[in-house]
Amino acid sequence: MSIEPRAPPPQFAARLRHALGGRAGWRGLFVQILFVAALAWIGYEIAANARANLETQRITSGFEFLKNTAGFDVSQNLIPYSGSDPYTRVLLVGLLNTLVVSIIGIFFATVIGFLVALGRLSPNWLLSRISGGYVELLRNLPVLFQILFWYLAVLAALQNPRQSVALFGSFFLSNRGFVIPKPIGTAGFEPFAVAVLVGIVASLLWRRYARRQLFESGRMIRIWPYVVGSLIGLPLVTSLVFGAPVTFEIPELKGFNFSGGSRLIPEFVALTLALSTYTAAFIAEIVRAGILSVHRGQMEAGASLGLSRGSTLRLIVVPQALRVILPPLTNQYLNLTKNSSLAVGIGYPDLFSVFAGTTLSQTGQAIEIIGITMGVYLLISLVTSAIMSFYSWRISRSLG
Amino acid sequence: MKRVSLAFTLALAAGLSTQATAQTLKTIKDRGMLSCGVSQGLPGFSSPDDKGNWTGLDVDICRAVAAAVFNDPTKIKFVPLSAKDRFTALQSGEIDVLSRNTTWTLSRDTSLGANFTGVTYYDGQGFLVKKSLKVNSALELNSASVCVQTGTTTEQNLADYFKGNNMKYEVIAFGTADEAVKAYESGRCDVFTTDVSGLYAERLKLSNPADHAVLPEVISKEPLGPMVRHGDDQWFDIVKWVLFAMIDAEELGVTQKNVDDMAKSDKPELKRAFGTDGNLGEQLGLTKDWVSRIVKTVGNYGESFDRNVGSGSKLGIARGLNQLWNKGGIQYAPPIR
Repeated sequence: MSIEPRAPPPQFAARLRHALGGRAGWRGLFVQILFVAALAWIGYEIAANARANLETQRITSGFEFLKNTAGFDVSQNLIPYSGSDPYTRVLLVGLLNTLVVSIIGIFFATVIGFLVALGRLSPNWLLSRISGGYVELLRNLPVLFQILFWYLAVLAALQNPRQSVALFGSFFLSNRGFVIPKPIGTAGFEPFAVAVLVGIVASLLWRRYARRQLFESGRMIRIWPYVVGSLIGLPLVTSLVFGAPVTFEIPELKGFNFSGGSRLIPEFVALTLALSTYTAAFIAEIVRAGILSVHRGQMEAGASLGLSRGSTLRLIVVPQALRVILPPLTNQYLNLTKNSSLAVGIGYPDLFSVFAGTTLSQTGQAIEIIGITMGVYLLISLVTSAIMSFYSWRISRSLG
Repeated sequence: MKRVSLAFTLALAAGLSTQATAQTLKTIKDRGMLSCGVSQGLPGFSSPDDKGNWTGLDVDICRAVAAAVFNDPTKIKFVPLSAKDRFTALQSGEIDVLSRNTTWTLSRDTSLGANFTGVTYYDGQGFLVKKSLKVNSALELNSASVCVQTGTTTEQNLADYFKGNNMKYEVIAFGTADEAVKAYESGRCDVFTTDVSGLYAERLKLSNPADHAVLPEVISKEPLGPMVRHGDDQWFDIVKWVLFAMIDAEELGVTQKNVDDMAKSDKPELKRAFGTDGNLGEQLGLTKDWVSRIVKTVGNYGESFDRNVGSGSKLGIARGLNQLWNKGGIQYAPPIR
């Protein structure tokens, strides 16, 4: 990478003046301080006035309501929850539902996005046209429309549980969602978990050894048979010795619905599908732009070193492209997270639906609840940005 | 949905930071229009026809208020509200009256900065199911999926009922009643639940109403009524007495047809009501002929009930609890004197 000439470190006064918008002298500073003070005063007046008026109209305010019993149920809760829990628990249940959709959505959006981008860049005519078509179709339709499409046109068209589609006699697909056998740990579970852990550590050690060999003696060694052996072979042997690590609870049709097993509710499936395929279209374009931004000479240099096309992409092009890709990719991750609040349209119990929806109308404390909800979304977004910035920083450091 | 509630919250924050003590009647007269919060379309209670005219029992309350204030039932701006936005809209001053099938409860009366002015309809929560399920009682609904509109008392009643009867269920809560009904119709849920009057109304919107039945159980008390903001007792009195006037008119036998003849009557209670004796209407801040204005516009309570939800409407709901107190129901209004 090229070395840019560095500017001499500016003096404190100059930096301050620059930070204040370039106005010279103390007069400028005075104006700025006055402006900030006026802003603070207006903010204080609004808050104090609202508070006084809430009191005169005897509208309950404050955060006491969070301790009250919620008294309503939620269709998907990742932590134990019942109607007798307080509103703080509702907030947590909603937050987790938002996070699980966001994280799984981001994962699939990234994978699909990269694949579509590579497809679009591929020399194969058909593949590149199909990938192009995917991008143009999905990014040009409103995302709420896509969510409703998956929910009302695709998933709702499935049969009711009594006529559900069965796979292998234990997976059931119906308009109540996708029911799968639920794994339950047995006595053999602990040795199995230990074996998996050992396998992961061993694989990491193999990889380190192979790198050192490469850098010290220039020898490339093939480690994948060892990695497969320790990741799959070891746990397999353990479970043969100690017995199967889990048994499966097979879902059964009882009354209106399945009992036993685990279930992905259709609202979750529709929302995750729609958000990840929609966002993937944008990610594909970002990745494509990133890869194209790397000079063609890099590809040719890789080829002349005798690297395969895949290795050149993986070792040379993608790491350089990532510097271009990461900032707009972060935007897409944030968009996906925020778009998950469209869940209320299909009854998925996300943060916005259970907290800024049901809780708000049961307690009527709009200012507090909208405030908390905005704060939580802001926090999620800031944490996502921070993680991405950290990753970006590491990559740019490793590229030197 | 989201943008609407954010807008109302901002309006609430802004309104609260500027608004002085409200003089609602004066504000409305200066504006030349009553702002009335209604539902987003619930046949029988508040729904627009194909020309955009709002009709319904809840709408009639607003029409009656407008008639009493302006002598003109068209001077109303109807604001359609979702269940969860309704209170914020009232608090922020966006609307003057909330007449939107809202259940009177203690917490709503005390903590929202608003008051209920009376009961326009005594309701209770029930269940709508497909006849093909062959369910005859709500007690057979163990493990059912239930579709519901979020932001109502319905969700809590549902939780209480299933818990109390030791039954399991799955609740799917939607932002609007239309979304919930659509999901019910598509088969996502076995049951749709809301107030019984609402079930009859929503059933009319289904593609084949005859395939669906309302179960006999009524699992809660849902007295529905209009709301006004705290802090303006005169306005509170006006909205309260407009409803009382409609109920008293029915009791006195005053109808839309005979109102002009009755106004000439010599009976003392009729003379007081029609303002030929005393100035009761003026004490409210209205005019002496307020009762005849109301009855000419929307009729008495019974006429409004029959036209919108009762025997004269598509819903065909029996008077039941909403019959007058002297005819076997519990509708009762204090006397106009």
